[in-house]
Amino acid sequence: MKADSFSFAGDDWRAGIFTALKAHGVRQMAYVPDAGHASLINACLADNEISCSVLTTEEEGVAVLAGAELGGQRGVMLMQSSGVGNCVNMFSLLKSCGFPFVTLVTMRGEWGEFNPWQMPMGQATEETFRRSGFIVYRADTGEDAAAMTGSAMRLAYDSKCPVAVLLSQRLIGAKDF
Amino acid sequence: MIERRKAIAAILQDRPDNLLVISGLGSPTYDVAAAGDVAQNFYLWGAMGGAAAMGLGLALARPDARVLVVTGDGEMLMGMGSLATIAAKAPGNLAMLVIDNEAFGETGGQISHTGKTTNLAAVALACGFRHVATAYKPTDLDAVKQLVLEENGPVLGVVKTSSDELPRVLPERDGHIIRNRFKTALAGQQHGESR
Repeated sequence: MKADSFSFAGDDWRAGIFTALKAHGVRQMAYVPDAGHASLINACLADNEISCSVLTTEEEGVAVLAGAELGGQRGVMLMQSSGVGNCVNMFSLLKSCGFPFVTLVTMRGEWGEFNPWQMPMGQATEETFRRSGFIVYRADTGEDAAAMTGSAMRLAYDSKCPVAVLLSQRLIGAKDF
Repeated sequence: MIERRKAIAAILQDRPDNLLVISGLGSPTYDVAAAGDVAQNFYLWGAMGGAAAMGLGLALARPDARVLVVTGDGEMLMGMGSLATIAAKAPGNLAMLVIDNEAFGETGGQISHTGKTTNLAAVALACGFRHVATAYKPTDLDAVKQLVLEENGPVLGVVKTSSDELPRVLPERDGHIIRNRFKTALAGQQHGESR
């Protein structure tokens, strides 16, 4: 493991998410960068057992992780709420074939948002997931985020569901400019 | 002019045991099925734009296999960003084969971007693919076959074909069945190898 080349800050709740991903055998991570995911992305990049793919658009990640599952590997996608709409037709791959899928979504367009352009997709995120057949969790504390990630991995890979864990903007901290 | 179905049949003839094929929706799925409906084929019937990215995830998960994604120019254009995503990971066991009829064949044969200005082999090369090749005539096919089956990836071959519509060869459409069949075949192979 390269994990020793990265360590979370002492108060970073994302460490709990990373521990849950490792405990559930995640071997691939696909991501569109987001400041709210930065330390988690770096932890995955530093881990020899997790292969990370940076995407040009979120829908690629749905297909990448479906391919990973075909080959017998578990995965997770990290994205921001603004990317959820990009995935909608690709979500049909999950439903049509019964692929397990887990995504962790940093929320914009809600609590304390300063950028009006983030509002439409942020407000539509949860409904978009539900209409696409996902089970949706919403984490407002770091403790919940870790527990929900573990549960999401179980629901996805044991019970063959697509699951989204929304990391609320209140938890992440509203962006300031 | 190259006939698409003959070209795919030639490329997949005597396919290696470790070859896994993902086909993009529409004619590439019919062509791949016509060349031999084996469990190591994963047929897409939708999810347009996702074939290449799916190939990436599979190639990363199975470094022991050769992964070949067979798709059309329209599907590849929709997922063009995934060529950059693939090149950034540079999996040596991933090959793309684009059947390029320069038209959207499923929807009435409307001329596509490759029939106007876009060169997908050049796009792949610019993204960072290791090697690309284009077949314009039947005698070019051997080189493309060698590229997609043997060269260190990621590689992309383009086969320029006529836009004639061929009789449809329709394999299984239920994605759950296609997925389970594929995974069972892979598990069997892995089991066989470990003995």
